[in-house]
Amino acid sequence: MDILRFATAGSVDDGKSTLIGRLLFDSKAIFEDQLEAVERTSRDRGTEYTDLSLLTDGLRAEREQGITIDVAYRYFATPRRKFIIADTPGHIQYTRNMVTGASTADLAIILIDARKGVLEQSRRHAFLTSLLRVPHLVLAVNKMDLVDYSQERFEEIREEFTAFASKLNIGDLTFIPISALNGDNVVSRSESMPWYNGSSLLHHLENVHIASDRNLVDVRFPVQYVIRPQKATDHAFHDYRGYAGQVAGGVLKPGDEVVHLPSGLATRIASIDTFDGPVEEAFPPMSVTLRFEDDIDISRGDMIARPNNQPQVAQELEAMVCWMGDSVKLAPRSKLTIKHTTRTARALVRDLHYRLDVNTLHRDEEATSLGLNEIGRVSLRVTQPLFVDDYARNRLTGGFILVDEATNGTVGAGMITDVR
Amino acid sequence: MLQRDYTTSQLDVLEAEAIHIMREVAAEFERPCLLFSGGKDSIVMLRIAEKAFWPAPIPFPLMHVDTGHNFDEVIEFRDRRVQELGARLIVASVQASIDAGRVVEDTGRRASRNRLQTTTLLDAIEDHEFDAVFGGARRDEEKARAKERVFSFRDDFGQWDPKNQRPELWNLYNARIRKGEHIRVFPLSNWTELDVWDYIRREGIEIPSIYFAHTRKVFERDGMLLPDADVVHRGDDEPLIEAVVRYRTVGDMTCTGAVQSTAATVEEIIEEIAATRITERGATRADDRASEAAMEDRKREGYF
Ligand SMILES: Nc1nc2c(ncn2[C@@H]2O[C@H](COP(=O)(O)OP(=O)(O)OP(=O)(O)O)[C@@H](O)[C@H]2O)c(=O)[nH]1
Ligand SMILES: [Mg+2]
Repeated sequence: MDILRFATAGSVDDGKSTLIGRLLFDSKAIFEDQLEAVERTSRDRGTEYTDLSLLTDGLRAEREQGITIDVAYRYFATPRRKFIIADTPGHIQYTRNMVTGASTADLAIILIDARKGVLEQSRRHAFLTSLLRVPHLVLAVNKMDLVDYSQERFEEIREEFTAFASKLNIGDLTFIPISALNGDNVVSRSESMPWYNGSSLLHHLENVHIASDRNLVDVRFPVQYVIRPQKATDHAFHDYRGYAGQVAGGVLKPGDEVVHLPSGLATRIASIDTFDGPVEEAFPPMSVTLRFEDDIDISRGDMIARPNNQPQVAQELEAMVCWMGDSVKLAPRSKLTIKHTTRTARALVRDLHYRLDVNTLHRDEEATSLGLNEIGRVSLRVTQPLFVDDYARNRLTGGFILVDEATNGTVGAGMITDVR
Repeated sequence: MLQRDYTTSQLDVLEAEAIHIMREVAAEFERPCLLFSGGKDSIVMLRIAEKAFWPAPIPFPLMHVDTGHNFDEVIEFRDRRVQELGARLIVASVQASIDAGRVVEDTGRRASRNRLQTTTLLDAIEDHEFDAVFGGARRDEEKARAKERVFSFRDDFGQWDPKNQRPELWNLYNARIRKGEHIRVFPLSNWTELDVWDYIRREGIEIPSIYFAHTRKVFERDGMLLPDADVVHRGDDEPLIEAVVRYRTVGDMTCTGAVQSTAATVEEIIEEIAATRITERGATRADDRASEAAMEDRKREGYF
């Protein structure tokens, strides 16, 4: 069985948490004691129906305010797939938590309240989803029960969103009319919307094809940790020297010719080791240990690639940055710590080219800084070379985080562009 | 020729992710340690640690916060496992915290040392200057845990601030802290109870005997079956009965309930869990029943 990771997104109160509750409830992933607790709380508050959003809004402050503040991760499985759900907040103030949830997602569901149509937050989240290259997007038009299950209203929203989406990079877009509260088109097709011929949301989640979303072409192995058993109890391992890491791209096999960066030296893979014995191939997301035929000086932060297919070695980076710092802004001359694959260095912001208005996608070239939850295009200079790919080609070798050196907070998420 | 389909099974994906997290910690922190209680989650976590650094030994010590109210079978298992691995085990004792006057023990029938563990844990982290502490908590266990990051920042009081967590993107974990602060690391964040059991079966990992059905003298309190033991204060109105039970979680005897079950093998346990309609903590933990936000409150203070 494989895993699909998906995130819900959209504006405040569009019904994200309710939808997750509904999916969990209808797929029988809710346990009796959880349901009793939710029923009790709903009753205590005088809500006449069982408020399923309480299943994911687990923090005291969230329950008090009836909103989602931070991502909640939930799990369920059907006979076809295991699902990891990130229920993300709709409030603009908590956008960085939405970004956290969406960064690892294979698919995003953006909810729209059928009465309200496409709002600024819907557009912001759609834009972030495309920026983060979440490969699949579902636009779920929710609360159809409140617009008499009107096909006309659904089509209006579909047209409006399609017009906006055409300006974004969205690989795969699907529209589904639902009522999270009543369960229409969530697990099974609804009788209230006979005009809708597509599949239910769950059916779509179970069948969307994700195997080809991983990069199996460009061999990328960021060295994470050097394994040298100094005190090996077994003498066979006395001279063992292995390079551990998680494959970030491509397929590696023993005997393959590879190149080590930054040295540029070529060697061959002698073996691919694991605790359970050597393996014949390694590909994402496997965590393995490589040994090489030649003795090369290799340490954490280095990269293994193929001689004829290498990442760019760069100290000058172009990137889209989503700023997440609340007390500090990003501006030219800001100095930050950058973490990219397993390499950490310092970065200087050389230029802010523009700030993006997520509503209109207008580029404000007069902008002098990025504040909390703002997105812009920047040039960085890094103290050590990084081994990078376009984020669009590989999320793992194209993404980085920025850390504030005063507070140690994670203040930026970057997506590398314009790699030659 | 048929194109090979590079799909990866859920357990392989989860294992690879957990190994990546462990190596990241070993590379970025100076003094990590792994909390090992002898419970199923920490047993799985230990196996992952073995795999992550093989053929080298696990490059950090293990630590057990011992309430003094643990099951003998679990302590025996803990010590044997530690010896097999040649690992270093630190036992942080709640009794020692009580004797030193760091905490005051509750009295009465429902007295439990569960909450006292937080002080013992935080004192030990400070004494040993640990900067990263691996825990076996899973997000599917409880609604506050469902909100926690893989790298969860703790201030110099050991506190968690759920409203102000660091963003966490892709597999890039921020390990930056100041002296006195630490990170709780949860490599099994994305595992469910069923995943843990499937993994135990697949790997053929040994677990303490109390996870399997056995006959035991128990009594009922608040719908939970508590064991007959010196440290559990039973009232005259709480008669002992003999029952066939097993444990779904192992913790302190005073607040961990047994469930009636005849599951005697890992396969039977998996069948039972797959069919159950009650969560593991709901079925077995008195500590979570205190209030709706019991876990969040304890976690804020520095609990596991
Ligand atoms: N009538 C109707 N009401 C709905 C539907 N879905 C959600 N709601 C209601 O809309 C309100 C907000 O739902 P939530 O699920 O909390 O919204 P959310 O999108 O998670 O909100 P944030 O996470 O704070 O952004 C609740 O009162 C729900 O009961 C629906 O399909 N029909
Ligand atoms: Mg919500």
